Amino acid sequence: MPVQATHMGPITRLLTQDKNGRRLLLVIAVLAIVVPFCNLLFPAESVLHISTYTMTLLGKYLCYALLAIAVDLIWGYCGILSLGHGAFFALGGYAMGMYLMRQVGDRGVYGNPELPDFMVFLNWQELPWYWLGFDSFAFSMLMVLLVPGTLAFVFGALAFRSRVSGVYLSIITQAMTYALMLAFFRNDMGFGGNNGLTDFKDILGFDLQSDGTRAGLFIASALALMLGYVISRVITASKLGRVLVAIRDSESRARFLGYRVEHYKLFVFVVSAMLAGVAGALYVPQVGIINPSEFAPIFSIEIIIWVAVGGRGSLYGAVIGAVLVNYAKTWFTGAFAELWLFLLGGLFVLTTLYLPRGVIGLWPPLQQRWHRYRQQRDLVHQEDCL
Amino acid sequence: MRIFVLFCLACCSWSAQAQLAEADLTLQRLAQQLAVASYDEKSALISQMAQLPAERKKPLLEALASNSLYSRESDQRLFVIERFKPGERIQAFFYDESLLIESRRQKRDFDKIGINNAIRRTLSSELALMEVSSGSDQQRRLAAEQLLKSPQDIDASRLQALIAQESSPAVAEVLGLVAALQQLTSADSSQRLAAIKTLQRSLYPQVRVALVQHQGRLDASNPLQAGEYQLVQKTLASIDQLQQLNGYARDLYFGLSLGAVLLLAAIGLAITFGVMGVINMAHGEMIMLGAYTTYLVQQLMPAGSEVSLLVAIPAAFLVSGLVGVVIERSVIRHLYGRPLETLLATFGISLILQQAVRSIFGPLNREVATPEWMAGTFMLNPGLELTWNRLYIIIFSLLVLVLLAWVMKRTLFGLQMRAVTMNRPMASSMGIRSGWVDALTFGLGSGIAGIAGVALSQLTNVGPNLGQAYIIDSFMVVVFGGVGNLWGTLVAAMSLGVANKVIEPFAGAVLAKILLLVFIILFIQKRPRGLFALKGRAVEG
Repeated sequence: MPVQATHMGPITRLLTQDKNGRRLLLVIAVLAIVVPFCNLLFPAESVLHISTYTMTLLGKYLCYALLAIAVDLIWGYCGILSLGHGAFFALGGYAMGMYLMRQVGDRGVYGNPELPDFMVFLNWQELPWYWLGFDSFAFSMLMVLLVPGTLAFVFGALAFRSRVSGVYLSIITQAMTYALMLAFFRNDMGFGGNNGLTDFKDILGFDLQSDGTRAGLFIASALALMLGYVISRVITASKLGRVLVAIRDSESRARFLGYRVEHYKLFVFVVSAMLAGVAGALYVPQVGIINPSEFAPIFSIEIIIWVAVGGRGSLYGAVIGAVLVNYAKTWFTGAFAELWLFLLGGLFVLTTLYLPRGVIGLWPPLQQRWHRYRQQRDLVHQEDCL
Repeated sequence: MRIFVLFCLACCSWSAQAQLAEADLTLQRLAQQLAVASYDEKSALISQMAQLPAERKKPLLEALASNSLYSRESDQRLFVIERFKPGERIQAFFYDESLLIESRRQKRDFDKIGINNAIRRTLSSELALMEVSSGSDQQRRLAAEQLLKSPQDIDASRLQALIAQESSPAVAEVLGLVAALQQLTSADSSQRLAAIKTLQRSLYPQVRVALVQHQGRLDASNPLQAGEYQLVQKTLASIDQLQQLNGYARDLYFGLSLGAVLLLAAIGLAITFGVMGVINMAHGEMIMLGAYTTYLVQQLMPAGSEVSLLVAIPAAFLVSGLVGVVIERSVIRHLYGRPLETLLATFGISLILQQAVRSIFGPLNREVATPEWMAGTFMLNPGLELTWNRLYIIIFSLLVLVLLAWVMKRTLFGLQMRAVTMNRPMASSMGIRSGWVDALTFGLGSGIAGIAGVALSQLTNVGPNLGQAYIIDSFMVVVFGGVGNLWGTLVAAMSLGVANKVIEPFAGAVLAKILLLVFIILFIQKRPRGLFALKGRAVEG
């Protein structure tokens, strides 16, 4: 039984119907316990020890997986191909980065208690108004949800109301993240320009460099991923989810049946942006930096390929895709840096041509074959017995 | 008869030569006297020398002006010595004698021909007059413009004489400005007023500076000078107004050339995306391939850098076009009707192409030479100097557009292309090989992207990331202009280019770009099908 299911009647029911999701949640829960345990309790020379580097890397994958779920929610279930989801991820990351920056206090290079280093460097006299409030953790976490959510709401409200869809929507979401990237590269914006926000010291009073904090962040990422999965699962399995799929398959028909298509789309778009924002917020303290390159259009397209490789339209597929592709990326950029882009490019082409349902699409045929094989073997066995 | 003419001609040329030789001798005689003359005598000698038709007077006077004319004590021979350093070789001015300096002590053998400030003024005036009165009209105008920087260099009465006999109106105009600048400092107020009126419509920056200085010298509260003060103020205002117009013209020019670049980058996309409905994310890489083809062509024909660009245009078209056909046949063909999947697959192709180019040519930018006929600037008026290469790009982009419109409207291939995009089954049943037409159409769009690469290689760095910089802009242009509409693409590219350059001075380059992106995003909300939307059934297809 999954961990959260004790007091949630309808969710329990949902999850009992979702075999693969149950397995996924179980795996994440086990990871969330085992990895920090092995990291903290076993000494470095032990075979069972998991290094902090590996744990942070796994934590990063978990954040990416949450981001992939967010994208799958709108692409796989509602047919909205957003090429700008990296923007929501980065905005959540920046909100968290601003909180971490304020936590640095007077321990920066310039030792200014009021201003972050880059502002001192740029000769700013006082904190810009939009930095106010980020001293508070609660406020920052609210912003992690609200900033991407508001952007998605405004953008989505405009786009869906005027029925911008399909390729056009993809292109303008790409333009959105591109514009944001250019904006955040500007020093005048007050977000550290090119270098972004970095040199964080601690979070909620815990030292970011210590193994304990890292383990805590890992567990938080795992919990966020599980929660994100459950939320998405609840949405997609509900009646609302049915309407979303209907919109994906035939938007005009759904509209003619009387559904306010733009409202449904807007709702799921905003939820997805918030999930992406949370993923970004958990990502930043683990990698220790947030800069405008997270807004780069290519990153947003990479997210799409995670989902496509895993299998769009199934939430656990998105998680598998994100982990697979990123593990491959880590391995290839280490071993054959030159080959990585060839491989990534090849993945794009091959998945779209030959794996329209992704890696998990490979599974049912294999399963069927196995069943058939077992049945035949049993038959042969029975005949032998007779 | 003929012999007589030849004889006469020979006589004439001989007498001309004789005159020149005589002038050189006089020049030498006068120059020799410089060594012993007093400062007053020197001034007179210089004026005399300047009147001579001798060829060598200019280098002589220039040497004198730069304090490097020496006379040898032993025989009064003149030497031009720029640096007195052991190991240098110095040359006698009028004699065929050169001499190696062995030690610094030799300097005692030479006397410098000294000049004072008055002589230096005379010299610079004479030199300036020489510059203005010799050479082609173009050279003389440049020399006259040099005088604007230091109008006091030239003697006022001589200048008036020069203006009176000047044949070229352009040179006379500049010289008139020089005279007016001189008169600006005269004691006679009526002369000053006349000078200010002459300067009224001049756009030379020096004129404006002089007027501002003059305004500083005047006292507005003094009733005698108030009128003049106001006149100067009015003149400055009118000059500023003209400058502002110039500024607009420059913005427009830069804007149009940026628009032309956008047009070139987007026009291939207008075919693949606009006509075929294929989202080709590898479009930028087609541009990049074109730019690298230009580089390769230049490497292959190092001697013909002037024509290599012209060779590169068809070469780039073929390379990018062929790659386009291969991509269409191998990947895109399987994905018609699934635009989002096409987008992803072509994005993958773009990554592969980028990495391929990076592996072959290395990650650094490659140098592509600009042929001479594209370099340099041309001047519309003194305040407005524009570069040639931008003009060529504007013309070139329009040519490509017209050519493409012609192919689509007037050729059999264009007809088949339109037929297939309008109604594929019907076109097939009329005997058009629709698969073949698809491949060629995609090849055409890619080939034109390659041509854009040739043009871009002249403006930006040729590197593996060249294409990425343009892909988003290209999509913006096509979407803004209206899909499937070449003229819409033209209007969109040009208006985005001009808007960008108009906003830039206020907001900076990056903010201008952001503002335009936001504008387009909002614009799409208002008119999801772009500026010039196709009407009727084509929209639903």
